[in-house]
Amino acid sequence: MSSTEPRSLQRPKDRLRRRRLVNRVMESLAWLSAAIGVAILVIVVFSVAKQGASALNFDFFTKSQVPFAAPNVHQGLANAFVGTIIIVGIATALALPFGILIAIYVNEFAPPAIRYAVGFVLDILAGVPAIVIGFFVFGLIVVAHGQSGWAGGFALAVLMLPLVSRTTIEVLALVPNSLREAALGVGAPRWRATLGIVLPQTIGGVLTGATLAVARVAGETAPLLFTSSLVTNNIDWNPSHALQTVPVAIFELSESPDPADHARAWAAAFVLLIFILFASLTARWLATRSRRKLGRAG
Amino acid sequence: MMKEVEGETVTVPSTIESAVRVETQHQQLPPRERLEQVFDIQNLDAIYGSKPALRGVSMEVHKNLVTAVIGPSGCGKSTFIRCLNRMNDLVPGFRMNGTIRFQGQDICGGNVDPVSVRRAIGMVFQRPNPFPKSIYDNVAWGLRVLGMKDNISERVERSLTQAALWDEVRDRLKASALSLSGGQQQRLCIARAIAVEPDVVLMDEPASALDPIATQAIEQLLHELKSEYSFVIVTHNMQQAARVADMTAFFSISRGAEGERWGELIEYDATEKIFTAPSDKRTEDYVTGRFG
Repeated sequence: MSSTEPRSLQRPKDRLRRRRLVNRVMESLAWLSAAIGVAILVIVVFSVAKQGASALNFDFFTKSQVPFAAPNVHQGLANAFVGTIIIVGIATALALPFGILIAIYVNEFAPPAIRYAVGFVLDILAGVPAIVIGFFVFGLIVVAHGQSGWAGGFALAVLMLPLVSRTTIEVLALVPNSLREAALGVGAPRWRATLGIVLPQTIGGVLTGATLAVARVAGETAPLLFTSSLVTNNIDWNPSHALQTVPVAIFELSESPDPADHARAWAAAFVLLIFILFASLTARWLATRSRRKLGRAG
Repeated sequence: MMKEVEGETVTVPSTIESAVRVETQHQQLPPRERLEQVFDIQNLDAIYGSKPALRGVSMEVHKNLVTAVIGPSGCGKSTFIRCLNRMNDLVPGFRMNGTIRFQGQDICGGNVDPVSVRRAIGMVFQRPNPFPKSIYDNVAWGLRVLGMKDNISERVERSLTQAALWDEVRDRLKASALSLSGGQQQRLCIARAIAVEPDVVLMDEPASALDPIATQAIEQLLHELKSEYSFVIVTHNMQQAARVADMTAFFSISRGAEGERWGELIEYDATEKIFTAPSDKRTEDYVTGRFG
């Protein structure tokens, strides 16, 4: 045989139908899974919004709770919003500086063995169930001093801490070493180099981590049941008292026999959802912005 | 192109002229005994973990000269100059034996603060690494940190002028340093290094990431500035060493019986001697391009 047919570059005809079929099935399954994921979120948001719509009005944000009230009494959850703002504020004020300091130590000063050990401990802390942390703070503070906004804030701070320090460690690791050397090369002490040159590079990333952590703990219920749930229904700005919070209010209202309370629970859940969506979007925006900035510095 | 402005030399880099000038700049060196020492290095070993990087380096570095360190990749050139201002302290597992005396004081002595060492011995790195701040703040940051707070603007202007960058950036001092070209960034790094008035400036392949024109501007700078500072410059470019350096140290790689390798100082002498009449065969092979 001197000359042969040129090698065929076309798809083999046999089994083609079967392969097309398998391809189509797998593709549909993947598409369906993605669609279900999105649908769940959409359904949650819509059903929460629908069921809470009747309670969502101006009073909802400005008036405080009135238990066993007649249907025509104007009431809302202002006390819970104020409490959540204060308790999450306390948690952030505690966890943010502490978390950043941990990250600075781990990434800038610690020897590799300690760096690994602390990272591991932070991961474990991040995995501790919220109710365990609530119970821990109950034993630590509440047993001796009673419930308070401080105790609630402290419990949420313990939850925030690993989130904040983990993200900060990650962004610190992205800062190029050449910048540290540059700062030391002009004769700056290490703390000045860290504070003046390295840390400013990470602000975007730190804020991203903080925003995500806030969004995460704002919806935590379990630790607050132990630490800040025996509350009055007045708007109270004093963290020495136990303060009502949005997630605890949702929990309590959902157990009430009054359908108007159920509507308020749904409305509160809707507000919480919107807040978390908004915070996540902000975090994303901050993250892309800071990554762009770090990219330029590299 | 040079013009005298109130006693200060302002250099506007102009390729052809500076090229000619650079080639003809070598002065006759006074005998070594008459030169003032800045570094006296004795039996320096540098070790990363368990790997030796340098063994038994002994040499002196003289004041107001440009000293070049040349040699093949992996011979420990960078490790060597990073020892001189204790920049290697940051590298985990790094150790150093032997003594490095800077103006008579052991830089690794018990009471020595590495921060003060780095203040007296500045550094310019291989890749331009300006701070992500404005051009002005890049130079001013070090001044503020070191408490040199009088006349900051004047000092910034003087350093930028000395680094031959002032004319290019005087109208945009507030612009980000990252908007400058690579060569401008490297000159900014030089300005930043000399602003804090070190005695010595170490340069780790300062031109290896730059194009020939920017390289020439930086070589020109060394000539302008060596009357005020002493320079130690690592380069893998032999022509550059020949053009800028008064003294040249040639490092090479030695291999032990068990396959371990380390860097060693082979020969250290006046640049002209190293390039025209080296006394070691290995130096000759390297500078004539037979090895490396």
